[in-house]
Amino acid sequence: MMLIPCPHCGPRDQTEFSYCGDATVTRPNVPEDADDAAWIEYLYLRDNHKGLHDELWQHVHGCRQMVRIRRDVRTHEIKAEDPS
Amino acid sequence: MSSHPSPRLPSGGRIDRNRSLTFSFDGRKYHGYHGDTLASALLANGVKVVGRSFKYHRPRGIFGAGSEDPSALIRLGDGARAEPNTRASQVELYDGLVAHSQNNWPSLRWDISAALGLLSRFLPAGFYYKTFKWPGKFWPYYEHMIRHMAGMGRAPTDGDPDRYEKRHAHCDVLVIGGGPAGIAAAKEAAAGGGDVWLVDEGRPEAPADIKIMARTTAFGKYDDGLYGLLQQTDGDPATNAPRQILWLLRAKRVILASGAIERPLVFANNDRPGIMLATAAVHYLENYAVRAGKRAVIVTNNDSAYDAARVLIDGGIEVAAIIDQRHMAERREIEGCEILYNHAVIDTAGRHAVKSVTVAPLDVNGDAVPGSRRRIDCDLLCLSGGFTPSVHLCSQAGGKLAFRDDIQSLVPDTGVPGLEVVGAANGDGIAEARAAIALGHAPSKQFIDLQNDVTAADVALAAREGYQSVEHLKRYTTLGMGTDQGKTANLNGIAALGRALEKPMADVGVTTYRPPYTPVTIGAFAGRDVGAFLAPTRRTPMQEWHEENGAAFVPAGLWRRPHYYPRPGESPADAVSREARMVRQGVGIVDVSTLGRIDLHGPDTAEFLNRVYINGFKSLAIGMCRYGVMLRDDGMIFDDGTVARMDENHYIMTTTTANAGPVMAHLEFYLQVVWPELNVHLTSITDQWAVAAVAGPRARQLLENLDSDIEFANQALPFMAWRAGQIGGIPAQVYRISFSGELAYEIAVPAGHGKACWELLLEAGKELDVIPYGTEALTTLRVEKGHFVMGPEADGRASADDIGLGGMLSKRKDFIGKRSLRLPALAPEGRLNLVGLVPVDGKTAIPPGALLLDEALAMVDAEKAGHVATAVFSPNLDKPIATAMVRNGRERLGQQLWAHSPLDNRIVPVELVDPVFIDPKGERLRA
Repeated sequence: MMLIPCPHCGPRDQTEFSYCGDATVTRPNVPEDADDAAWIEYLYLRDNHKGLHDELWQHVHGCRQMVRIRRDVRTHEIKAEDPS
Repeated sequence: MSSHPSPRLPSGGRIDRNRSLTFSFDGRKYHGYHGDTLASALLANGVKVVGRSFKYHRPRGIFGAGSEDPSALIRLGDGARAEPNTRASQVELYDGLVAHSQNNWPSLRWDISAALGLLSRFLPAGFYYKTFKWPGKFWPYYEHMIRHMAGMGRAPTDGDPDRYEKRHAHCDVLVIGGGPAGIAAAKEAAAGGGDVWLVDEGRPEAPADIKIMARTTAFGKYDDGLYGLLQQTDGDPATNAPRQILWLLRAKRVILASGAIERPLVFANNDRPGIMLATAAVHYLENYAVRAGKRAVIVTNNDSAYDAARVLIDGGIEVAAIIDQRHMAERREIEGCEILYNHAVIDTAGRHAVKSVTVAPLDVNGDAVPGSRRRIDCDLLCLSGGFTPSVHLCSQAGGKLAFRDDIQSLVPDTGVPGLEVVGAANGDGIAEARAAIALGHAPSKQFIDLQNDVTAADVALAAREGYQSVEHLKRYTTLGMGTDQGKTANLNGIAALGRALEKPMADVGVTTYRPPYTPVTIGAFAGRDVGAFLAPTRRTPMQEWHEENGAAFVPAGLWRRPHYYPRPGESPADAVSREARMVRQGVGIVDVSTLGRIDLHGPDTAEFLNRVYINGFKSLAIGMCRYGVMLRDDGMIFDDGTVARMDENHYIMTTTTANAGPVMAHLEFYLQVVWPELNVHLTSITDQWAVAAVAGPRARQLLENLDSDIEFANQALPFMAWRAGQIGGIPAQVYRISFSGELAYEIAVPAGHGKACWELLLEAGKELDVIPYGTEALTTLRVEKGHFVMGPEADGRASADDIGLGGMLSKRKDFIGKRSLRLPALAPEGRLNLVGLVPVDGKTAIPPGALLLDEALAMVDAEKAGHVATAVFSPNLDKPIATAMVRNGRERLGQQLWAHSPLDNRIVPVELVDPVFIDPKGERLRA
């Protein structure tokens, strides 16, 4: 079980969080202007690469804030927080 | 019986001879001492055969001295407390202990399957995949037969009555293993300050200044320094003390000093009772003063056997011979003990336990030379095939292993941050050894894995059939997949595969080690989270009243909601019909405190609600409510509820009971990630309010009977308005909203006043014959009214248009999910629509969940027209009705379909009708 660094609460056990998906996915700003392909890409298509992964976790049993982390999916090592 | 002296020496050992204990094995009574294990006590009583093997039902004895023993697995305890596949070497003896052998019928000594030799020809490597693969439909019979013949102990079918605990802890340094290396490391760490834990499977002797957790196994290494420890306690079941404690320990630094385990040697019939690891024979002698035999032969490929021989001789065991597989220039001498170099044991004899061994000289290839063999009598054969470092946790942590030729073993190679491997676990101080390869041609089975009955021939067969990767070998033969995790077998398996492939062991590879190192009872993982403690029960403020007044309850998530309130002599169906009828004819109250309530504050709340719901919210006036439907971004209905505007920038949203949490998380996600520019604050207030709905044509009369400052007249409190005030001195909010299609109000009061308010409502409605009603009547009323709910109708695949709410979709604004409505999959043609159903004969109940078919005798793979969502009996229409999701259903009203339920084998002809059965114009709720 991973220790996830919550910027508000400190390192906390993974069981306090729920996974909220790939942090690199962005919702089209004006959905009505997106074509079908772009909208489907946003809705359904996710990369499953081996290595570093930027992702969102919500600290549901804590401060309820979304936490953005960079995790190595091979080792579960959480690298320094993404500066963006 | 002086010719058969007791195996127990008159003195010595770490046992307390003043505390004699009685135990039974297979129904026979025996005696042991405090400090014994079940294994040492059985050996002390001369019991050699303790079980039958997994596949071939061969007699097996005590082979090891700890968690490595693949052989002596017994069933501990009786009845619900019985624990199958328990290692006798790890069970501490207690008074009254009851144990049984496993895997034998009719008895341990005379096992039918073994006697008939039924199994050996049927069960070669990969037998599951080959022998019984065709025809597939017979597999259940084959499986039943195999399970009866082969397999391990049987698990009890009753619930486990024992108590298990789970604890979380942190420490600075965790030392795993209480041998010399572990104790030295712990002392050094303790000198540096900080909290040092030392855990060991057994009861190590250590200086008093080190905190030791005895009988505690570090079974798994998980992420970020988390270790799973299983502690065996001395809990007496009679006192309800925990039997085991599962520790979840986060350690800053870990020192792995788990030692090394002796390997057996591989030759024909190397599995008979009386054959054991040399270290085990020494262990039983030194710690329990038990002679595992009277006359021993030791077979070895390394120097450690000579020390073992001296210990056994000092303990009074005659060592007839040391068979050294190595060709040694330097000869040694031990008095009274014949030493044969460049020889091997090639076979053993003895019906129930070993009685003699056959030895032969070896040729240059390491194979036995034919013709020149001889027999040596013995009742104990000690195997000394070198030592395997216990690198499991290092490998679990992601550390790579490297093969060291001199000790024929794998040792840690790449480091793991925060984990240091010391002592024998790191390969330090281990005697040089040769590979324990099997002989090329043997008269009978040469076992590599004693627990799973995998032989050298199985490994060779697997290699011939192409299973040449060590990972494939493991899966195909089950080598190392037993509860011992192949602690004694894996390295010999690699050696045998290497020999078959003519590859050096270093190139064969190793399988990944995974937790747990030793078996962990599922009860320990569950801890106290069983039965009523599995999950908390949420109680509404009125729960106590429901319980006191005979409600039948139904689980709804963590809640237990009143299902119906049966009167004396009333069946459940009668109670539900009465409740649904009395609400339509008079008035009823229902506890709706379980609905989610979210408080929204902030200047952008109206804009936010407008983006969240499919319909517009900007025009919602203070003092009014609005029904809303929200979608996921893929266009499917996510939830529905009402929003009341409390003030300029203050709204209260209700959600469905089941989606209260998910809706909150959904709103938080959009506010934090997608639209961080919106200034809206969310607070869950579900637990802070108690809510009762008052429904029925007499609802207003009931409210007017209350002592309240709120005006309930139709003009003062119209449909979809809300007012604040007090009811009998209790601060209250009254919302005129309806779920049943009747004139209805929801009364919300602070949670602490919930029960008092509920009782006030009942009192005010007494002269109106008010009744409390449950969720089943609520369902009946909403189906009569054609309301969908999340779940049966909107099951995550339904769009707003599918449900008949297409008219609510705003064209003037964007909202979550709107863009998806233009995707081809959401085009109306061919989608499932919400419709109503009635039985063609007007009286046959419609099976809930039934498939809807166009023809009565449709083939099983025919395309379905749809399915029944919710089916009820409508007391107000006096007939069964249902909601259904039907392909192009709105265009098919008036047509007939067949509701087919394969579960109860019923087919009911049904007619498609409009889903709103009662008051389609909505006059009743506006009355």
